[in-house]
Amino acid sequence: MSAADPRLEPPLALLAELTHRCPLQCPYCSNPLALDRQELDTDAWQRVLDEAAALGVLQVHFSGGEPTARRDLDALIVHAAERGLYSNLITSGVLIDGPRARALAEAGLDHVQISIQGHEPEAADRVAGYRGAQAKKRAACAHVREAGLPLTINAVMHRHNLHELDDIIALAVSLGASRLEVAHTQYYGWGLKNRAALMPTRAQLDAATATVTAARERLKGVLAIDYVVPDYYARRPKACMGGWGRRFLNVSPTGRVLPCHAAETVAGMRFDSVLERPLAEIWRSSEAFTRFRGTAWMPEPCRSCDRREIDWGGCRCQALAIVGDAAATDPACELSPHHAALAAAAERESAGAAPDFVYRRMAPAA
Amino acid sequence: MNAPIRIEATSVPRLPRGVKLRFDEQRKRWSLLAPERVFVPDEIAVEILQRCDGIATVEAIATALAEKFAAPREDVARDVTEMLQDLANKGVVAV
Repeated sequence: MSAADPRLEPPLALLAELTHRCPLQCPYCSNPLALDRQELDTDAWQRVLDEAAALGVLQVHFSGGEPTARRDLDALIVHAAERGLYSNLITSGVLIDGPRARALAEAGLDHVQISIQGHEPEAADRVAGYRGAQAKKRAACAHVREAGLPLTINAVMHRHNLHELDDIIALAVSLGASRLEVAHTQYYGWGLKNRAALMPTRAQLDAATATVTAARERLKGVLAIDYVVPDYYARRPKACMGGWGRRFLNVSPTGRVLPCHAAETVAGMRFDSVLERPLAEIWRSSEAFTRFRGTAWMPEPCRSCDRREIDWGGCRCQALAIVGDAAATDPACELSPHHAALAAAAERESAGAAPDFVYRRMAPAA
Repeated sequence: MNAPIRIEATSVPRLPRGVKLRFDEQRKRWSLLAPERVFVPDEIAVEILQRCDGIATVEAIATALAEKFAAPREDVARDVTEMLQDLANKGVVAV
């Protein structure tokens, strides 16, 4: 599938990163190391929602940073609903009290995802870099459920909380969640900076996989569990974003349109802004979206691999971060010449003492 | 806390909050929009889902579909129950 291919499908989902402001400082934050200070205004976001709906987007994920830090969030949810978009709020939950949850439900929000950093409050708060976060999150979950909204709990897993996984699963059930995402840390940006502080051992990973398998069976019809595996210990790469420029588009707080939230790490790539070009045109023909779309860009062994339209070559940002070339085979694949080094780094770092976290913070204004 | 759902003839299925059946104009097909996922139901599933209105029982849905497709009622009832149980296990149908 090339850029000009008339069979190019429209995107299914828009990740709207409304702001990079956040009261939490998680050391694996998916935001870039260089955080945006500028933000699109309400009119611009409403235009993005209009263009996304017209393009064929079905779901919008309001994310951040902390999206509830935007005062116009309710207005944007109303606008999305008017355009027939299914809206999801991806939040830390620490700013959501009872009235706020009811207001979100009344605005027409369809679903809420709240992150937790672990089970034991003190340890979870240390990861979040925010005292009292866990208590506020548990309260927010209750408010969201009381407002009648369905809830997903997202738990990012790493060497400091994998031993709590059974408790985290039980907590998700007791908080009234119908879904739980057990997401092993992905190592880009902040996560890569903190890799040695977060990387689990292979034994920890295997135990977690067994725990998830058992819990899925035990909790069938009660709690659906999505499991994001850590690709440093994988044999084949993940289908990152369901393939570059195939399913998702991401709009940053300043309005840059990205194929994934980490894409800005790809040096020299030009990202168009919603302030300069229509979203449909960016999706179809921008340099960023066409660069790794489909299979024509692939090197060997990807190009002739029978999994090339299953994993779509894995993750470009990981190839860049580890191999230094965004067009290389994802080193998570055991067919990559760099795979052994990747796995060895994971073994070595997870066996060593964990360094202190480098917390996610906005750099001081220049 | 949620409890597992068991679909029976007298169950009254509905789409819970956070699940929407929508015709997708761009792709000219029905979509079932659910928390962080999109299902593309086949023709029969669409017929069933459109009848999950919180009023009709599973029995009534099966009868309506047996008539519409001139199919044996018992076969249809079994298929409808099976499909709704599967959708309930996925959390996209409630009773």
